Amino acid sequence: MKYYATKISDRGNIAVDDTILVKGVEAMAGSRILEGFKPLFSAEAVTRLEDKGYTVSGKTNVGEFGLDLVGEFSYYGENDDTLKGAAAELVATSEVEAALGVDVNGSTRRAAALSKVDFLKPTYGTVSRYGIISTASSGEQLGVYAKSTAKISEIMGVIAGHDEKDGTSLKKELDYTDNADIKGKKVCIVKELLDKADDKTVALVKAYAEKLRANGVIVEEISFDAFDTANTAWQILYSAETCNNISRYDGVKYGHRAENYKNIDELYVNSRTEGFNFLTKAVILYGSDVLSKTRYDDCYGKSLKVRRVIYDKFEALMKDYDAVLTPACSKAKFTAYSIDDAFCKVFEEGVFTAVSNLIGTPALVSGGVQLMGWHFSESTLLSLAGSTERMGE
Amino acid sequence: MNYELVIGLETHVELSTESKIFCSCGGHSSPKEPNDCVCPACSGMPGMLPVMNKRVVELAVTAGLMLNCEISRYTTFDKKNYYYPDLPCAYQITQLNHPICTNGLVNLKTSAGSRDIRIKQIHMEEDAGKLVHEGKFSFVDFNRTSVPLIEIVTQPDFRSAEEVVAYLTKLKSMFRSSGISECEEGAMRCDVNISVRPEGSEEFGVRTEIKNMSSLEAIEKAIRYESQRHMDALEFETEELVQETRRFDDVSGKTFAMRNKETEADYRYFPDANIMPIIIDDEWLEQIKSAKPVAVDEKAEGYREAGISEKEIEMIISNFKISKLLDDTIALGCNAKDSAVWILTDCAGILRKDGKTLNELEVTAEQLSAIIKMVDSGDINRTAGRKILIAVIEDGVDPVQYCKEQGLDRKVDMSAIEAVIDEVIAANPTAVADYKGGKEKALQAIFGACMRQLKGAGDPATIKATLVQKLK
Repeated sequence: MKYYATKISDRGNIAVDDTILVKGVEAMAGSRILEGFKPLFSAEAVTRLEDKGYTVSGKTNVGEFGLDLVGEFSYYGENDDTLKGAAAELVATSEVEAALGVDVNGSTRRAAALSKVDFLKPTYGTVSRYGIISTASSGEQLGVYAKSTAKISEIMGVIAGHDEKDGTSLKKELDYTDNADIKGKKVCIVKELLDKADDKTVALVKAYAEKLRANGVIVEEISFDAFDTANTAWQILYSAETCNNISRYDGVKYGHRAENYKNIDELYVNSRTEGFNFLTKAVILYGSDVLSKTRYDDCYGKSLKVRRVIYDKFEALMKDYDAVLTPACSKAKFTAYSIDDAFCKVFEEGVFTAVSNLIGTPALVSGGVQLMGWHFSESTLLSLAGSTERMGE
Repeated sequence: MNYELVIGLETHVELSTESKIFCSCGGHSSPKEPNDCVCPACSGMPGMLPVMNKRVVELAVTAGLMLNCEISRYTTFDKKNYYYPDLPCAYQITQLNHPICTNGLVNLKTSAGSRDIRIKQIHMEEDAGKLVHEGKFSFVDFNRTSVPLIEIVTQPDFRSAEEVVAYLTKLKSMFRSSGISECEEGAMRCDVNISVRPEGSEEFGVRTEIKNMSSLEAIEKAIRYESQRHMDALEFETEELVQETRRFDDVSGKTFAMRNKETEADYRYFPDANIMPIIIDDEWLEQIKSAKPVAVDEKAEGYREAGISEKEIEMIISNFKISKLLDDTIALGCNAKDSAVWILTDCAGILRKDGKTLNELEVTAEQLSAIIKMVDSGDINRTAGRKILIAVIEDGVDPVQYCKEQGLDRKVDMSAIEAVIDEVIAANPTAVADYKGGKEKALQAIFGACMRQLKGAGDPATIKATLVQKLK
């Protein structure tokens, strides 16, 4: 597979997804529409890492705007039959110490689970979004891939914290230690999500639960039916926001411009027709539909209300438990498929990941499974995963 | 049949801020080149996020207070989607659901008497850029993108073009005097919603909207044309009126329907997640209130009581810089009417000689009040005062020090003055002989020569008396 969209340095120890800007280096987000676009500035997270002496190895290939399962539909990529994410694989093969990715609809978490590396999607607002190629502003979050929770703690210690260039950035100092005491912590497994996963994945979750128990964690199986609703709401919000954020790619200012057009409308239509892949077009269509006058109240408006309801439900659940243990995706292995099916496939897989984008809570993938927590519970999640990692295989 | 005009206005006003609404680009009010005041944020590049300019909120609230609005304590932004090359993100950030001000009221005095116009809302938004067409090419200039605007939306309360003009004139002088907006050419733009109904009817007629007019003359003409078109359609069935957006053509004085496509656009508004809701708490609101300038009406009344003429009041309150200079000068203990004369007659006159206007005046209230006080106390005469003022305007000198250096102080040694007079008499034997021979006019020449030599020092009356005494 092709790991890098653009390679920067052979000495680099941090890889950066192509949805994150590095000054002067082409940033195409896996899309032809951004062909040749070179940003004038670096993402805040990249700047903070470079200031601390880290070196960016290159821009890792992503599926167009990070909208697919794990990165299989990039204009610049090559598909293997077994689907893997580029950044996750670079970390898994120790080519880099860590990588940065943008989590908007679970692709980074699925990639981490499939490559058996860690990925932390932190609480919304804790890491600056300045310099990421936005899709769904209200739920996207920059996160970290690494081989260990200790590495994630180290990188988070550098990139997290208030940034005045991002109006949603929080002024809150957080602790990212991965070795807090976890004895007596309570974790739940949600039955409804296990029912949606294949046997191998379920076995993985159950084995992980045993490891937690061995470390003194109480693990209980419960029923919690909000995930489907949360997923539907997020797919609506995310499609609408993505449709809006990528509407700036019109062929006028930068990136791909169609060769043939007779007027401004044709310039728009032809450039965008050539520039976006089928999955992105599906998201654009879905997103503009749910925002249209006649559908807004039933779709977008309702999803905003659902977001509030899910927030309350999840908050109540997290009063009883310190974390939720779930699959990160439905299968232990995905194989290549047609892009015509991508929108529905991504929608289906969203049931495992969407809730944390919808309400901005943190999620940590480790050992092929996912731990979700309440806002600012990163240290608890890292410590739970860290304790199992330190036990060895 | 008699018809009644029903008009509502949407007025866009450019706010006088140093930077744009969501980025730190400045200089947008007087750019030198196209795309001079542009950054990755206001040109819509990926990766940039909007960061709210606090000053915009404060000016919008100040406008709301002046228009007697309720100030929202919770205000949010929405995205309005449409494609146009001058809109770099393909959406405009504006306010739909929670505008900053609602339910205001403006009182107008016109020939029809006193009328209240209800303000529906005021919201904040960003401006778009502009297109420049040259030959077969079109160019995009983003200097204006993200320039802060407020849009003031009235209820359909206007009943004549005269009322509309009175309202806009009032807004202009209000905003200028308070520093909310310079309201220069193009900085205030209007969309006019107009319909006509039989007098006494409660129902509204078919409404048309005339977009984007900036001159009062054009607005007045457009209303007259459009209302006549509506009345003709109703009275003589010349055409069927349809709800549509129209454009006013200044040359022909007529309105024309714009492409239907634009009027039917679905802008797919939705909340902007990048800008957190803005909470205006008591403390902040009080701060804005206390910084709010006195309302124009009150201010004008104050000037009137001080004996300043209507024409002068108009000149003062239409210019924020001048009204602030006057208020500050008065606050430093100077007489209001005198201060107004010093500014409007003396300062303006001095500037005019150099082809400048009052807008270019660089005098502080401290400097001006120092001069006025020296004159009032009799330390110097008015001529000397004006002389100091010229030096202040042209060279930025310290007035008190300059007065001393130039010896303009009237409290000079009388013997020094007498010495000067003696000198002049000795130097002008012919004039002296003429005067002594009965030519009264010659005295004036000798006196003038004395004054020139004294450079304004001393009291002219005393000098003249001394001179006459010496010539006897």
